[in-house]
Amino acid sequence: MARRPIEPLLWLLFSAGGMASAMLVPVLLVLFGFAFPLGWTAPPQHAHLVAVLGHPVVRVGLFGLCTLSLFHWAHRFRYTLYDGLQIKHLNELINPLCYGGAIVGSLAAAYVMLRIP
Amino acid sequence: MSQPPPYRSFHPRWHRPRMSTWWWLKRGSHVAFILRELSSIFVAWFVVFLLLLVAAVSRGEAAYWEFLIWAGRPGVLTVNIVSLLFTVFHTITFFNVTPQALAVRLGGKRVPGPLVTASHYAAWVVLSALVAWLVLGG
Repeated sequence: MARRPIEPLLWLLFSAGGMASAMLVPVLLVLFGFAFPLGWTAPPQHAHLVAVLGHPVVRVGLFGLCTLSLFHWAHRFRYTLYDGLQIKHLNELINPLCYGGAIVGSLAAAYVMLRIP
Repeated sequence: MSQPPPYRSFHPRWHRPRMSTWWWLKRGSHVAFILRELSSIFVAWFVVFLLLLVAAVSRGEAAYWEFLIWAGRPGVLTVNIVSLLFTVFHTITFFNVTPQALAVRLGGKRVPGPLVTASHYAAWVVLSALVAWLVLGG
């Protein structure tokens, strides 16, 4: 029962991540997942992307998008496993994997965003 | 972990028949529920994809073009098509429940649900246009 107090925070992160990913993922996926690789439109020049990504607001924004999206995944996927596969009894394994994965991913995101020239 | 929970003698055991793993296939609304739940996997994949892109851009121009060629491979394209379908589904289902989650009050009156939802769709359009404008060169 010691975990109880953290649950509202996890729901808040789930919700914030759901909103951030709902707003920003589709457009980025269309651009970098299809439009540029398939040549629908000319991809941006490398120098332009470096300039955009290097802006502090973009760095922080993308870090926030990554972190919140990962916690959104962790929380929702945990319940997907609980309800979908009915393996709630494995929660001592599922919780560290989901939230631990989100923490590791967030650290990776921080590293990537800090390394932008 | 697999040990049964300790029941006291006066505590009745719950009768919980084991349901099939595929219980959700019988009703359309249950299928939609599970698909919505599964969308989170594709949100997580997008984070991986985005971090690979940003890391490639940081490594230099050659790595950036290599990334775009890699993203154009049939396997990666297929994953991204599925991801786009799931994430758009996530967006729509997430916005459609915002009136239940957000009680917005303006001037002491509660803003009607459809207006709350519509404002999220409007914000989606504006933000998507802003991101495209930034990426494509302003």
